[in-house]
Amino acid sequence: MKIHTFHLGGVHPDENKITAEMSTQVAALPKQAIFPLSQHIGAPAKPVVQRGDKVKVGTLIAEAGGFVSAPIYSSVSGTVAKIDTSIDATGYRKPVIIINVEGDEWEENIDRTDKLEKLSDHPELTPEEIIERIKVAGVTGMGGAGFPTFIKLCPPPTAKAECVIINGVECEPYITSDYRLMMEHSDEIIEGVRLLMKAAKVDKAYIGIEDNKPKAIQLFEEKTADIQNIEIVPLAKKYPQGGEKQLVDAVIHRQVPAPPAIPVNVGAIVQNVGTAFAVYQAVMKHKPLFERYTTVTGKEIKNPGNFLVRMGTPFSQLIDSCGGLPDGDNKVLAGGPMMGKAVMSLDVPVCKGTNSITVLSGFDAHRKSIQPCIRCGKCVDACPMGLEPYLLATLSSMKEYERLEQEDVTSCISCGSCQFTCPSHRPILDNILQGKGAVMSIIKSRQKK
Amino acid sequence: MGKLIVSLSPHAHGNETVEKNMYGVVIALIPAILVSLIYFGIGSAVVLLSSVASCVFIEWAISRYILKVNPSISDGSAIVTGLLLGMNLPSNLPIWIVMVGALVAIGIGKMTFGGLGNNPFNPALVGRCFLLVSFPAQMTSWPTSGHWLKYMDAQTGATPLSIMKTAIKSGDASVLNQLPDATQLLLGSNPNLGLGTIGEVCALALLLGLCYLLWKKVITWHIPVSIIGTVIIFSGILHLANPVYADPLTEVFTGGLMLGAIFMATDYVTSPMTHKGQIIYGVAIGFLTIVIRNWGSYPEGMSFAILIMNAFTPLINTYVKPKRFGEKQK
Repeated sequence: MKIHTFHLGGVHPDENKITAEMSTQVAALPKQAIFPLSQHIGAPAKPVVQRGDKVKVGTLIAEAGGFVSAPIYSSVSGTVAKIDTSIDATGYRKPVIIINVEGDEWEENIDRTDKLEKLSDHPELTPEEIIERIKVAGVTGMGGAGFPTFIKLCPPPTAKAECVIINGVECEPYITSDYRLMMEHSDEIIEGVRLLMKAAKVDKAYIGIEDNKPKAIQLFEEKTADIQNIEIVPLAKKYPQGGEKQLVDAVIHRQVPAPPAIPVNVGAIVQNVGTAFAVYQAVMKHKPLFERYTTVTGKEIKNPGNFLVRMGTPFSQLIDSCGGLPDGDNKVLAGGPMMGKAVMSLDVPVCKGTNSITVLSGFDAHRKSIQPCIRCGKCVDACPMGLEPYLLATLSSMKEYERLEQEDVTSCISCGSCQFTCPSHRPILDNILQGKGAVMSIIKSRQKK
Repeated sequence: MGKLIVSLSPHAHGNETVEKNMYGVVIALIPAILVSLIYFGIGSAVVLLSSVASCVFIEWAISRYILKVNPSISDGSAIVTGLLLGMNLPSNLPIWIVMVGALVAIGIGKMTFGGLGNNPFNPALVGRCFLLVSFPAQMTSWPTSGHWLKYMDAQTGATPLSIMKTAIKSGDASVLNQLPDATQLLLGSNPNLGLGTIGEVCALALLLGLCYLLWKKVITWHIPVSIIGTVIIFSGILHLANPVYADPLTEVFTGGLMLGAIFMATDYVTSPMTHKGQIIYGVAIGFLTIVIRNWGSYPEGMSFAILIMNAFTPLINTYVKPKRFGEKQK
């Protein structure tokens, strides 16, 4: 069996998948749930509830605020306490809906049974109907970025989808929520993949899984043994294989051109395994997206684990249930150590894209002191997009935005491989992000003219 | 409770450090250092130690008293420069000349440009070439082997490179018969000839160092292989065309070629950043080395070739770009 991987760059961080073999537990309900209105890429959702309104689990509390947007559903039953602002994982103060939890009453139309609903038993589901249900349920990419899923399934007229690629890579260190989901809900994921294939009108799907998860590869190969059009693709462990463009390259050996091209321009629709599961629940169980699998982990955390969490649950509650923060300095990440966001406050809630709460303690929490660039070129070697990070970082700090655009800064996927590999511990990505942001806004204002 | 630390991603690091890379080079030099002690004895030890000590001292003194910054001796770069400078000197060189070389290498070659990471030319080679043009007599008298306890009074002799030069000048290919065979050159055991600089004696020891550097991923194969490959091909063509030019194996195993290709040209700061650029740089160094050896006025061209290409490195970095992801779409 040939093991594939992407072709340019990449690094090998220590895995630290401490929680890999820990079965998922159901997290306790929060006392108060917080729902940020922008949990996805695109326009923030618009609240449709007011202070004092009673809501149930699965009640719509905010509708999509535009085409690229997604509705938000309550994950708890109770009373809307207030519509306010609060600091989210990005560190900015953003509008939120806060609900005081009372009991656990669900909307009646949600199918809470474990019965596996097969697509083959529901011939009435047309692609349009599937996409509509995904859109209404507020399903967004579950891998972290949070792009509304239904938009990916409706490619622009210039592109034609040929296959669905399911991302079961989980290349970030520490995180195991996708792995647990794959081990515990393989049948539902496969039905979700079938739904995605039908919705995108393609008859081929690939599930890419890194070879550090041999059990998941084996399980899915058994489950798909008599399904002709779903293929399991084992991939050699390398970061950032979970990046869309890297995954497409690794699985079907096609390289997505520079932005604004997206994977569907080479025929691929990429969805996370978590998204496939959410799609199954949305379409077959009428269950909107309001809970998710999240890993709470860290070398110094006493009882790390994988949890089925209601969105809106504050980080502090999950961390306390795992034994609390270790003494000393800590860095608490929404996500993994490579691309996760360090939160400023533990009141930040779990959102649609929160695949992990990773706690780095003591030595790991701090950056090392910066030394001069020795021009070793290791960042150039590590860049999966074929860029020159050292140059982009220098140009960014010199504010040479024109040159920066010529050097393809907009292709940067912020994976952090450059900074990970830098012997001088230079803040390469910090600089590049600053420059990339400036260049993006210059491009935007140019397009407006 | 301690603080919550906030920073941008990534929050993990691969534990690469400047120190690891620098001490990697030092470890890779150990076989060559041991061999030089066997062949040159005390002279080698005196020159290497004085070179390292003066480089470290000069860097410390300049950072402390002229730049008024915290000296960063612990990064190991001054030790590497000192060792490489020493490796490029004859073992009977007086200590004061070594110190002048170190002053030029660190003071002019490195610190005037702002220290580590900013120097356009390889500091050790700047030092060596300064000494070569300033003290031509001392810098071209090469001790023969087997004088363990002799330092400045060691017997000297002609090196294989000067024999090769004589052959070309006289147009008489039979002069080349005085050269040792390839095995002797590989081990560095040429009985009656001058052995060259401290570091270049034994090609085998340097190749061991190369293996270590590649294994530890301190360097990649691109620069050494392209230099050595170019030298073999170019000198092979010349040798076939006219036998007064030495055969490719002799060219590769003599003089500073191995030391230069493995340790000097691969200096991070002064070599190109991309693999494509590194190959262009390596091919050009190999080519220039043979041109200088055969038709220049010096018997050895490695140092000059590297310094010339150091000057081209910024240009190579500007024009040679890595292949962007998705550039060529099928």
